Amino acid sequence: MVMTPDAEGSTLQLRDVRKSFPDPGDPVNRRLVLSGISVSLAAGELVSLIGPSGCGKSTLLRLIAGLETPDSGELLIGSEAIRRPSAERGLVFQDPNLFPWLTVRRNIEVGLVARGLLQEKKTEVDEFMRLVELEAFANAFPHHLSGGMAQRVALARALINHPKVLLLDEPLGALDAFTRMRMQDEVLRLWSARRSTTLLVTHDIDEAIYMSDRIIIMTPRPGRIDQIILVHLGRPRHRSNPEFLQLRGEILELLHFAGGERMKSGKAHAPIM
Amino acid sequence: MIVRNGDEATAVISPPKPPPVSVAASLRTLSIFAGSVALALVVHLIVARNEPPLEMRFYTIFLGSVLLIAVITAPAQILWARLRQFRQNLHPILTAAAFLLCLWEIITSGVRLLPLPYFPSPAKVLHSLITDRMLLFDSTWHSLLLLLSGYAFGVIAGLITGLCIGWSPPVRYWGMPLLKVVGPIPATAWIPLAMVVSPSTMFSAVALIALAVWFPVTMLTASGISNTRASYLDVARTLGAGRGYLIFRVAVPAALPNIFIGLFMGLGASFLTLVVAETVGVKSGLGWYVSWAQGWAEYGKVFAALVIMAGFFSTIMTVLFKVRDRMLVWQKGVIKW
Ligand SMILES: Nc1ncnc2c1ncn2[C@@H]1O[C@H](COP(=O)(O)OP(=O)(O)OP(=O)(O)O)[C@@H](O)[C@H]1O
Ligand SMILES: [Mg+2]
Repeated sequence: MVMTPDAEGSTLQLRDVRKSFPDPGDPVNRRLVLSGISVSLAAGELVSLIGPSGCGKSTLLRLIAGLETPDSGELLIGSEAIRRPSAERGLVFQDPNLFPWLTVRRNIEVGLVARGLLQEKKTEVDEFMRLVELEAFANAFPHHLSGGMAQRVALARALINHPKVLLLDEPLGALDAFTRMRMQDEVLRLWSARRSTTLLVTHDIDEAIYMSDRIIIMTPRPGRIDQIILVHLGRPRHRSNPEFLQLRGEILELLHFAGGERMKSGKAHAPIM
Repeated sequence: MIVRNGDEATAVISPPKPPPVSVAASLRTLSIFAGSVALALVVHLIVARNEPPLEMRFYTIFLGSVLLIAVITAPAQILWARLRQFRQNLHPILTAAAFLLCLWEIITSGVRLLPLPYFPSPAKVLHSLITDRMLLFDSTWHSLLLLLSGYAFGVIAGLITGLCIGWSPPVRYWGMPLLKVVGPIPATAWIPLAMVVSPSTMFSAVALIALAVWFPVTMLTASGISNTRASYLDVARTLGAGRGYLIFRVAVPAALPNIFIGLFMGLGASFLTLVVAETVGVKSGLGWYVSWAQGWAEYGKVFAALVIMAGFFSTIMTVLFKVRDRMLVWQKGVIKW
């Protein structure tokens, strides 16, 4: 667990969070999506969230963002309960969701404009454009950007608010393998510069090991926390380092994806990813 | 991934330059145009021998000067590439127009294929256009004032109601049924009632045009606003946006393509309502002029007014297109216009 004194992040605590949605096929019962999630993140920590599709990862992030309210349980930032969306919790969706009617620069400015801080922090916009290396595209509209560039804009847009908690919902899921690895380094670079408490949803075990301090593994729906794995590797990490590979093997073993014996054992775990 | 070349960004957004047009090709097409105008002039001179010369004068001058310009611009464009480009683009349509004028003259004054007082030749129409220009100008001016005031009120009202219905579910619940029942009644159907109830015909005409515009603008604004992608609103919320920002900086721009469709539909409806209102009630404007001239059996003037109307309406339409192009630049390349 990494904690730096200058971390912009703050602690995030979830206590027995439950969430259900109305079930379209069943008017009487609701569909339970998250059943009792409890976990705390230290300030400045980067934690990955892995789990089968539909287990409620996005829902958990939306709860933390304040876009949904839990059925029961508590969500705390520092010591304050989360009630509504706020600029202190940035969310980057799987789809970049840039506003197509704004140029790259204006997209990055959105958070400042919305909070009436644009005049004050004008210089910071340039700083963030530089940080994600998009100065050349300042006046381009989003449909001129490649997927990776759009995702970087989405990152910059969330980061400019200096969120205490940064929620990343598979931000790299749509990218090809090479762009993806480059973007992982960029996210790490941005994270180590700002030290927001970061929760990263991913489907990629390598990405989780490469990036995070801890990895949370969730069960299929209704989602619960199955395991939390501490990644005790130093940074910067190497993807082909024996320790890296050993940890990878252990996690695959845990998930019954190591291969070979999976057929024989026929464990009750649902297929993942 | 790192693009250091600053030109690249600008290159993407600036429109591509059209290829240069060769001088020879341009001269060739140009002579076709000059030829078509010359043909129209010759046909006109032949036909005009059986007509009162006073009424033919303007058209002769008109065709003569067009021919002169065509001949003069031919050498000029060898030197001036922009003119060449411009002529190249417009050339086929201008040639077609010259042939059409020629054909029009033949079937009216020439062989008298159409019943004559009702279908005057282009020469007669031009004559009426020029001799009655003061009254035509005045009528156009009145139509413009009436149209713009009605359209402005209709658009403002439509945007406000559309926004409320699109954004707020309770307003939608109560407003939508009303809109669906009252809206589709053509504004012109209210004319008899409006003429009786209102203090002045001018006032009721403005109100009717506004009503005609209001319905499509409301409908499309409401649907645009309520169909704003939820993820845009979610993104804005997590970035600290309040209600004002969500409505005016997210929902409205997201709905803008829809709103413009409403504005175009409203414009069409406003033209119709304008002309009908002027024909039956208001004592000025192009609609009034047409029925007045028709009453005196001056069909040259009727057609002159129709020509002005065509130019007038299409100019306004073009202005709205320009405004849209301006406001929806960000859509360029996303959607075919
Ligand atoms: N607004 C909603 N209304 C009804 N059901 C919902 C809603 N949002 C999510 N769900 C349900 O909750 C479950 C979890 O969805 P969620 O998007 O959180 O999954 P996920 O873990 O992010 O999956 P993936 O990895 O595929 O993105 C799904 O079964 C989904 O159908
Ligand atoms: Mg998801």
